[in-house]
Amino acid sequence: MLAVARRLVRDEEDARDAVQEALLAAFRSLDRFEGSSRISTWLHRIVVNACLMRLRSRQRRPEEAIEDLLPRFQENGHQVDHPSREWVEPVDALLQRREICDLVRKSIDRLPETYRTALILRDIEELSTEEAARLLEVSENALKIRLHRARQALRTLLDPHLKEWAAA
Amino acid sequence: MRTGEEVTCKEVLDFLWAYVAGELPAVTVEEFERHLAVCPSCVNYLESYKRTIELSRGVFEPESGAPEVEEMPEDLLRAVLTARRGE
Repeated sequence: MLAVARRLVRDEEDARDAVQEALLAAFRSLDRFEGSSRISTWLHRIVVNACLMRLRSRQRRPEEAIEDLLPRFQENGHQVDHPSREWVEPVDALLQRREICDLVRKSIDRLPETYRTALILRDIEELSTEEAARLLEVSENALKIRLHRARQALRTLLDPHLKEWAAA
Repeated sequence: MRTGEEVTCKEVLDFLWAYVAGELPAVTVEEFERHLAVCPSCVNYLESYKRTIELSRGVFEPESGAPEVEEMPEDLLRAVLTARRGE
């Protein structure tokens, strides 16, 4: 539970507070647990919700504009700048490198908040589109677009480093 | 998205999420794959997009063999719940 909270709120003290709030909320609503899902899944959702409430209530940090991290195109629809280059090294090998794991985590943290939360809920916490959209209070289509932009922005942040690794 | 014309890199990259999720209609998938067959840049983009998803999932997974110290036993939780309901 604490690992989930750390990923979402990024601050140790906030993460511990969110877990405490979640446990209290879970205890108060135990009678509403219907038993149709695993209790750990139910608690996981309560922690996610407590973290999102905490994120909404705190002042936003200055962040990069997502547009600067998205691919750009010419009028004819071709990619601007340079064509995409191959990431040669397989994911399994990349995940063995501590520096790459740190780079991925730090790059996720650099994403603008609304995109970072969409990516964490869908690609990391593996919530369904419907559930993530409900928790973030957006439509499913809006959630899909946020997730796509978050992945594209993260790809942009990783690209120069992974091309370097491929060339090394 | 337009149909019946050749798709552009922009259209491929804009709808990549739907292609990866298998949410595109068959006719659009064919158009995408015709584009990918002649555009190595979009193929590279697609592969790196998929790897980005795998990497973000992978960096937060516990190492294999590491104990799940935060995992709470489901049986214990259900026993607590049952006991509380019986109060």
